[in-house]
Amino acid sequence: MSIKETVNNPHSHWMEASGPEADVVVSSRVRVARNLSISPFPHLLSESDARDIIHSVSLAIGNKEADRSRSLELVELGELAPVERQILVEKHLISPDLLEEFQKKAVVISQDEVISIMINEEDHLRLQCLLPGLQLKEAWDSINLLDDELEKTLEYAYDEELGYLTACPTNVGTGLRASVMLHLPGLVLVNRIKDVLGSVSKLGLTVRGLYGEGTEASGNLFQVSNQITMGQTEEDIINALISVTGQIVTSERAAREALLRERREHIEDRVGRAYGLLSHARIMSSEEAVRLLSDLRLGVSLKLIDIIPANLITELMVMIRPAFLVKKAGKEISPFTRDVVRANLIREKMGFK
Amino acid sequence: MNCERCQVRPAVVHLTEIVNNKKRTLNLCEQCAREVQAESFGIIPQMGLHNFLASLFSSQVAAHFGSAVSQGEKCPSCGLSEAQFAQSGLLGCAECYRKFSDRLDPVFRRMHGISKHTGKVPERTGGKVRLSKEIDRLKTRLREVIGREEFEEAAGIRDRIRDLEKEMAGEAD
Repeated sequence: MSIKETVNNPHSHWMEASGPEADVVVSSRVRVARNLSISPFPHLLSESDARDIIHSVSLAIGNKEADRSRSLELVELGELAPVERQILVEKHLISPDLLEEFQKKAVVISQDEVISIMINEEDHLRLQCLLPGLQLKEAWDSINLLDDELEKTLEYAYDEELGYLTACPTNVGTGLRASVMLHLPGLVLVNRIKDVLGSVSKLGLTVRGLYGEGTEASGNLFQVSNQITMGQTEEDIINALISVTGQIVTSERAAREALLRERREHIEDRVGRAYGLLSHARIMSSEEAVRLLSDLRLGVSLKLIDIIPANLITELMVMIRPAFLVKKAGKEISPFTRDVVRANLIREKMGFK
Repeated sequence: MNCERCQVRPAVVHLTEIVNNKKRTLNLCEQCAREVQAESFGIIPQMGLHNFLASLFSSQVAAHFGSAVSQGEKCPSCGLSEAQFAQSGLLGCAECYRKFSDRLDPVFRRMHGISKHTGKVPERTGGKVRLSKEIDRLKTRLREVIGREEFEEAAGIRDRIRDLEKEMAGEAD
């Protein structure tokens, strides 16, 4: 898939509901920050210096070993239309920060959209691997390998004592940020979410809502990531996050089972209403859609509904975001039209007219 | 319960964010939630972090130098001044880490609890460090297999350590 296709097709490998623990863990992400030793960090770069960095990275990925059949493709952000840049954010392939001063920035994306390398974000390189379900180890292995291959060409800023040097001192050391996106409607409904997430934060991990949709009400999606990047090995960081995620998954499943046991009608009603509204509504705001899709996802994982594949729900979560709707409409549209286009799109995807 | 922000509409959204063990809960109506969420999950928390860093850093500066002298310090390589760092929370280049090391060190300890990297070493740039870390790792492993009386494997590991030590001595020349 070329980058042009990437921005036209809402689907991405990470949305497949095939990964381990996919009933709770939507996706796993590992990213590392790397900088080149010779150049100032991106925020001090002029446009032409920034271009030199992009050029160095393009040479490094051109190297056969770095590419390995991943089919890495580099595109400068300036070559994309604004709506296309926004779509890359909505698909979680780049961060919103990459949109600022986009003339200085570029991104490398693998054909399957599992790997992306942001160039000149806060650091010269941000290598990211995004996989469905709980696959942090796999994501780290893949980033580790790519990092080794890039390092054959690129001269990294590295200090024996401090590790990988980054623009922001909060990332120095491993430069590693590992995170999981969790769907926790059960814990929210039984009102245990605060206890569970509160104890997580005592373990050196950060919890927050999925960016851009940061509230509990929007989708019951939470992101858990490591906070500390120094003094632990990458494997320690990954393993700690896997083990905490395992505990959250267990509590979430227990909450869902309790709900089914004790409030079955309520849950069935909730799921059924979500299905009904999503299948037939004609005007749908983004907040409402995200909330209903969360209910529907819960229903699918509890096997209360078997006609909707789980991956379609994750895909819809991305498709209903503004930039995709603009792309689909083919022009700028008013918020009201957007709500109509959104409702149409959802109905169509759910098999209704 | 009414929304904590507008005090008018009923609170239907309960926003929780936990950073650094500090939990913040806001009970909001849908409209305020939308506005707050736009603020709090965009760029602003990052800025908050940077400010926090900068304040850590400047208190270190003050403690280290007293007041007036420190303001003019600049990185000789990229020209980043302490004032610029205090503003953005970002360092300018690899050299900044050396230039400001005495003041960054306590910042790392506050942030990460430690100021020593124990993770990955880049293959090429890492050179000797990588070798010595690998030797340490193998020595630990050697003790483990000897403990389990797996002598055949122990012999293999011992040879590997010997090779690496030779390689290190070679690089030192």
